[in-house]
Amino acid sequence: MSYAMNVNGKTRTVDVDEDTPVLWVLRDVLGMTGTKFGCGVALCGACTIHLDGKPVRSCITSVAAAAGKRITTIEAVGATAAGRRIQQAWIALEVPQCGYCQSGQIMSATALLAAKPNPTDSDIDDAMSGNICRCGTYVRIREGIKHAARGKKEA
Amino acid sequence: MTGHRNVGLVESDGVNLSRRRFLSVSAAVGGGLVIGFTTDPLIGVADAAQSVASPPFTPNAFVRIGGDGKIVLTMPYVEMGQGTYTSIPMLIAEELEVDLKQVRLEHAPPNEKLYGNPLLGVQATGNSNAIRGAWQPLRQAGATARAMLVSAAAQRWNVDPMSCRAQSGEVLHEPTGRRSKYGELAADAARMPVPQSVVLKRAADFKLIGTPAKRLDTPSKVNGTAVYGIDARPPGVKIATLAQSPVFGGRVKSVNDAKAKAVKGVRQIVRLDDAVAVVADHMGAAKKGLAALVIEWEDGPHAKLDTKQIVDQLEKATLNSGAVAQNIGDTGKAMASAVTKVEATYQVPFLAHATMEPMNCTAHVRKDGCEIWVGNQALARAQATAAKTSGLPLEKVVVHNHLIGGGFGRRLEVDGVTRAVQIAMQVKGPVKVVWTREEDIQHDMYRPCFLDRLSAGLDAKGMPVAWNNRFAGSSIISRWLPPAFNKGLDPDTTEGAIDLVYGLPNLHVEYLRVEPPGIPTAFWRSVGPSHNVFVTESFMDELAIAAKQDPVAYRRALLEKAPRAKAVLELAAEKAGWGKPLPERVGRGVSIQFAFASYLAQVAEVEVSKDGAVRVRRVVCAVDCGTVVNPDTVRAQIQSGIIFGITAALRGEITLKDGRVQQSNFHDYPMLRLNETPAIEVYIVNSVEPPGGMGEAGTSTIAPAVTNAIYAATGTRVRKLPVADQAKRV
Repeated sequence: MSYAMNVNGKTRTVDVDEDTPVLWVLRDVLGMTGTKFGCGVALCGACTIHLDGKPVRSCITSVAAAAGKRITTIEAVGATAAGRRIQQAWIALEVPQCGYCQSGQIMSATALLAAKPNPTDSDIDDAMSGNICRCGTYVRIREGIKHAARGKKEA
Repeated sequence: MTGHRNVGLVESDGVNLSRRRFLSVSAAVGGGLVIGFTTDPLIGVADAAQSVASPPFTPNAFVRIGGDGKIVLTMPYVEMGQGTYTSIPMLIAEELEVDLKQVRLEHAPPNEKLYGNPLLGVQATGNSNAIRGAWQPLRQAGATARAMLVSAAAQRWNVDPMSCRAQSGEVLHEPTGRRSKYGELAADAARMPVPQSVVLKRAADFKLIGTPAKRLDTPSKVNGTAVYGIDARPPGVKIATLAQSPVFGGRVKSVNDAKAKAVKGVRQIVRLDDAVAVVADHMGAAKKGLAALVIEWEDGPHAKLDTKQIVDQLEKATLNSGAVAQNIGDTGKAMASAVTKVEATYQVPFLAHATMEPMNCTAHVRKDGCEIWVGNQALARAQATAAKTSGLPLEKVVVHNHLIGGGFGRRLEVDGVTRAVQIAMQVKGPVKVVWTREEDIQHDMYRPCFLDRLSAGLDAKGMPVAWNNRFAGSSIISRWLPPAFNKGLDPDTTEGAIDLVYGLPNLHVEYLRVEPPGIPTAFWRSVGPSHNVFVTESFMDELAIAAKQDPVAYRRALLEKAPRAKAVLELAAEKAGWGKPLPERVGRGVSIQFAFASYLAQVAEVEVSKDGAVRVRRVVCAVDCGTVVNPDTVRAQIQSGIIFGITAALRGEITLKDGRVQQSNFHDYPMLRLNETPAIEVYIVNSVEPPGGMGEAGTSTIAPAVTNAIYAATGTRVRKLPVADQAKRV
């Protein structure tokens, strides 16, 4: 079946089964490989995207469920104020190692910062504990979010 | 966020090929082949075409300087998060006298001779030895290139080379103020004789080494543009996923693919002896197709295998003596005179790697050649297995290496490449084989389980006069690098069990190689020490307790002849506030490690709740890794290694039942998460010793620090990993 998807502000039409996860539409049909596959069952957060600004796991979000909603991916998150600050903080603090999970980390962190400009440690725990990083960059992820939040206050 | 362009990784068929041949090779397989080559603004087709007329200056396999001034460094070590794509260029750039910003990086092609790791003898990135292996040769490569550029300038200006110097990509002749950029000198430099020997810079003159360098790969890793193996998209690529025999060694008996073929987007079902793959337009369809397959398996000889049988086998093996890995003095005699005797048996489990990027490989097999797109730690092996599997000659296999979404030893293996080629041989056009997470965990090659029997004798003062260790388990080296397995021993399996930092007058260590049936084993981050350091540092703690002494003071007394180990121990203890009071059910544990040519000491502070839940609150690590190349990367690797090690120590365990791996995804093979992450402090000791390895060291030191802390908090001695709920019984 054909679906019109709003991806990063552009309408893209795809012809896939209705239960096809958005993850595979992005990666394999549209060729947008910034969103990563990690577990396929919403346990690791590597595939996190924003649906109308809210973080969701694209590996269990069907194309039918996403139809008519705004999809934002790592490729475009830098166009938002929170996304840009998170990316800059990630570079300033050298957060990524292998980097594979970082698209998802950044999408989760951006959604947090957009919703809570001054997140507490507990807010960070709640927003980020669904994202696994096998390189263990968690210490820097926490610092990175705080760095980005401070950046807003200074600005 | 366009900074990635500056570090876009380009590929080539290597500096051993002429540009003309390079172009012809590229042309032969189509424009999509050379990723970055045709799209990169800095190294494009025009640039290469120009270079055909004027060959670039390539003094060695690592440096290439074009007439246009482009400096390309060829990276023989792969980037998997450990920072090699920054630290290795630092070594070359330091001697070449260029800024990191001026260089571009290129993955080295498979070529054991040019790009072999001097410490392994094969082209592989592993065992924490990239910097150790590169330290001399890559600085020499930079210095040689610099010397030839200086000679070229001196000849052109008719001055003494000694009166010229190199700086920021130029050669200067200060007396006359003349200067020339490297690009302008490249053609002449290429005609200069290669110097027989070059003098390397003194540590005091380092401009880059030891200073924090921004990682060159970071910008592309925050905006989705970094390209991993799983992101390869050669034109027309199909996506496949697979089911391999759930029992290792089993085979496909029958396949009913009627329903799978009916799934929209499914193109083909590929049947192999021991696996079935579904080829589709996208992974969603491939997975749906796989779920719709009805496969009957013939389980084979391991159908009834379970973990207990393997452990029993190890237990039995250790009743007999093994190959002597190290002997000092006479432990038998010393034991006889000991006042106190301590004995303990330890055990560590099988572990999966669970890299965040699941196993994958893209392959295109044609009659006349084969192309592979993959992120792998051992490229020459990837090429070799593709050639062997496809029946094509080695030179017909082109491997495009990619960034690695987690290696940890998993991608030192090429089983995924073999699989992809087997499947691609039956598919027209390129096919990307992506393993599901379940397949990735259930068909990993695992860190072996080991069983260790230790005994020690203490004198009247409680100090160890005899130390015996006999352990059994798989030797990965015996399969991976057979020549290094000698007389029943290999250097990896015993690392951390022998050559202890402690002054022990009588020591005897034996190893028994016992290969488990029905489960493949492989290197896992921190390799031999991942097992041995847990055992030796736990047992050392037991001796301190038996001697009624403080674990730090007890160790310190044995380190009189190991000043670097003693220094890290004292630093870690001081920074951790060793000895200061802690709340109830909170304890500190210490461990020391000498491995990968680096010294580490860690103090873990652990809280055990009344219901037995273990939380690591804080970890202090002191490290002496010799000369530090990029200090921030050292810190990052320690932080990373500690998290990796805590995950394994607390929860990591792969078990078999009916020949099948029981774990399948992150719900039953759980990872430490951000909310469970301890505060981590890293203290680096200044040193001018040659650099030691850093990628793995943090992992192996942490398990005994944590379990020793659990003992301090509760009195429960953990002798078997993972900790799981062992602290519950208190």
